[in-house]
Amino acid sequence: MLRKLTALAIAAGLLAAAPALAETTQAPLKPVAWSFDGPFGHYDQEQLQRGFKVYREVCSQCHSLKLIAFHDLGEPGGPFWDPKYKTANDNAYVKAIAAQFKVPDIDTDTGDPIQRQATTADAMPPPYPNDIAAKATLGGAPPDMSLLAKAREGGPTYIYSLITADIPAGSKGSVTAYAPTPPGLVIPAGKYYNPYLAGDLSASMTPGWKGPIPVGGIIAMPPPLADGKVTFDDGKASTIDQEAQDVAAFLQWASDPKMEERKQMGLGVMIYLLLFSGVLYLSYRHIWRNVDHH
Amino acid sequence: MAESVAGASPDTHEAPDPSRRDFINIAAIALAAGGVAAVAWPLVDQMNPSADTLALSSIEYDVSKVPLGQEVTLLWRKQPLFVRHRTPAEIQAAVSAEHDPSAVFKDPQPDEARVKPGKAEWLIIVGVCTHLGCTPAFGGGPFGGYLCHCHGSVYDTSGRIRSGPAPKNLAVPDYTFLTDTHIKVG
Amino acid sequence: MSGPSTYEPKTAIERWLDVRLPIVRFGADLMDFPTPKNLNYWWTFGGILAFCLVTQIVTGIVLAMHFDPSGAGAFLSVQHIQRDVNYGWLIQGIHANGASMFFVAVYIHMLRGMYYGSAKAPREVLWLIGALIYLTMMATAFMGYVLPWGQMSFWGAKVITNIFGAIPVIGPPLTQILWGGFTVDSPTLNRFFSLHYLLPFVIAALVALHIWALHVPGNSNPTGVNVKSKSDTVPFHPYYTVKDSFAISVFLIMFAAFVFFMPEALGHVDNYTPANPIVTPPHIVPEWYFLPYYAMLRAVPDKLGGVLVMGLAILSIFALPWLDRSKTRSMRYRPQAKIYFAIFVLSILVLGFAGAKEVDDPVIPGLVSGFNTWVWPSRIFGAYFLAYFWIILPWILPMTETPLPVPESISTPVLAHPAAAPAGAAAAPEKKG
Repeated sequence: MLRKLTALAIAAGLLAAAPALAETTQAPLKPVAWSFDGPFGHYDQEQLQRGFKVYREVCSQCHSLKLIAFHDLGEPGGPFWDPKYKTANDNAYVKAIAAQFKVPDIDTDTGDPIQRQATTADAMPPPYPNDIAAKATLGGAPPDMSLLAKAREGGPTYIYSLITADIPAGSKGSVTAYAPTPPGLVIPAGKYYNPYLAGDLSASMTPGWKGPIPVGGIIAMPPPLADGKVTFDDGKASTIDQEAQDVAAFLQWASDPKMEERKQMGLGVMIYLLLFSGVLYLSYRHIWRNVDHH
Repeated sequence: MAESVAGASPDTHEAPDPSRRDFINIAAIALAAGGVAAVAWPLVDQMNPSADTLALSSIEYDVSKVPLGQEVTLLWRKQPLFVRHRTPAEIQAAVSAEHDPSAVFKDPQPDEARVKPGKAEWLIIVGVCTHLGCTPAFGGGPFGGYLCHCHGSVYDTSGRIRSGPAPKNLAVPDYTFLTDTHIKVG
Repeated sequence: MSGPSTYEPKTAIERWLDVRLPIVRFGADLMDFPTPKNLNYWWTFGGILAFCLVTQIVTGIVLAMHFDPSGAGAFLSVQHIQRDVNYGWLIQGIHANGASMFFVAVYIHMLRGMYYGSAKAPREVLWLIGALIYLTMMATAFMGYVLPWGQMSFWGAKVITNIFGAIPVIGPPLTQILWGGFTVDSPTLNRFFSLHYLLPFVIAALVALHIWALHVPGNSNPTGVNVKSKSDTVPFHPYYTVKDSFAISVFLIMFAAFVFFMPEALGHVDNYTPANPIVTPPHIVPEWYFLPYYAMLRAVPDKLGGVLVMGLAILSIFALPWLDRSKTRSMRYRPQAKIYFAIFVLSILVLGFAGAKEVDDPVIPGLVSGFNTWVWPSRIFGAYFLAYFWIILPWILPMTETPLPVPESISTPVLAHPAAAPAGAAAAPEKKG
């Protein structure tokens, strides 16, 4: 009986407590061709390096990346992987990057909390010790970015669209809005309108508004990028577009560092399975050759 | 129409036994075996240390922090690592014991094989007694090396077993001097 | 069908063992089991399911070496598996997608049984054990999805376990015992982990009973006609071992496509956000294999009514052997039943599709109408789903259908296949008039 109830509940029940589901709208995401698209996709290491720089200089002020340890940066497929180092822990770039960060620890002599230099084994330290501290300072808790590309529909394409939004090209200096404010929309102080954020703006219009409801939503993050905000070491022009693509690619890597290994193994497995299926089929026909089984 | 009688079952008079190991069957079995082996490896390898454990598998340390005659205990691969700054007297005691006919060595090893050339003042050994794993105490025992309180193993100033139940000398890990004073262990 | 054993121990050791524990004899008899020679590829799904069960158990046991079943650690431990454990991404990807593959196979296997009359006498107990396996699979899969402790895991668990609270009198204490606290939390996760580890072995035991129950009458076959003589059968090995192996290999191609190239396609993005008891995700959906039930539930405006409709749908599966009473076993020879069955399959597909939609989503975009919401196809096809079991099979078909003549035996030549002969025409020459 319990099994039956469980079975009922399994497919049922969500209706019981499901909130009234609002209609969210969102501008169609911008088309981007990523180097990692498709079954043969791979990460562009230089892009990952640029993206890491954008994360480090811009995003890490507010967003943590807690699931990435410094040694991950030097693992195969990562931004600083170099085959001449035996392991990521020996990688000179990775060690140098880690040494620039401080992580909390306990003093081994006195037991007091201290800040010590990070090693490759440490995870990237968050800008705020916890969400409550972040919310107290910023007014909202910016999400950790380690899995952001997997936790949002559209992944890196969404991140890119959201960050670039309708900001006109060539916007030097600080950018104050993602898009022109649509007529009738009331934007709360300290927040911003973004057409690429899935949201329901029907409750945010001026009272008595009868015109069309704009697509998109309200976001607490100010437009983070501007032209020239990050200088790229490889000389690539640091437009908002480039910076956004690079950081989106980096975040895709952060959420799926094993992608290249996975796709490569997948190719081998598919070839093997096709071959194996073929051989098994021939074996089947051979074994059954004298049996009339229409 | 197909003949329903002849060929309806494996007819051993007219056709060979279908489970005879013909080439195609052997090929199928061989491919299957290869597949099984390929699948088995990840299932076994996942039990090997994971990437985060390996990231902790080597540490670096500035040995100039250790005063002469004293020892610092570091945590390396979740075990104690002794970094001992030996006095000339201690080095001398370790070396001369090798020429002492009355000295008994269960696990003979020259002191110079247990340190880096030109860096004999630094003894870097794993602080795990080779008997049953206790942490030996610094300076105890008649040789001024180490004494393990658990079952009385005595080590000298080179970490070699001199008396007691331990079978082997205290282990010397893989380490290198990156600079004059900076070591990397593991 | 399960005749006397034909195994002859060859060596002294074999004879010694055979007298004490005839396990080699048991295995040899399984290999020699006389199986109808005309089984088609729909019959390979039993072997595929056994393969899926072994895969899930092996990958699951390995994952359990690294998983931390606490509220604080679960999400992070899954990421540890994905990022740090050697081949962890592969083993977890196989396990998560393996659950979906398991359900693909079980639905095909069940539909095969319905179409070819495998549930009919004398195989009713076989069918019932199968239904029990299916229920246990659903419980296992539900609890497994909770373990990663993402937003969907948490909220799915919360809502489902809240259902028990609706049962009068015993509901609230039952729910509290299930939770181990005042709401879904770490104790719930921990006990779900324990049960998720246990139930697959219950499934394995049920599978053993399932195969035993099969071997008493022997396999049915696409004609639905009983095996009449040895010449209707072939030994299971090597004929069906090779055919099942081929089918498994092809199945693995689909499985591998998901694991290696689209490992998250069947999941939900919200499960990559750690569980937050304060924030409800905007769109809560169950995993795809539960969507038809979800659609049927939402089709009924009354909460209790929806649950009862769900229960009836599950009960229908158990009741099938007594609802489909046609003397003709296989729908190959029941052209009317085939049509109703085709619509039944269509209903399941439409219900599944509807289950993923919002209640208000329009069916035809742009058309403004009270009837243009997905709740209406859910009602129509949900009603058909139940009607198929309780009205069409037991009442309508016996009154209106004239089955085609069934072949004399499995070995009778191809004339018996209705595609070759028009309805009512004489079948094989040996058939009596």
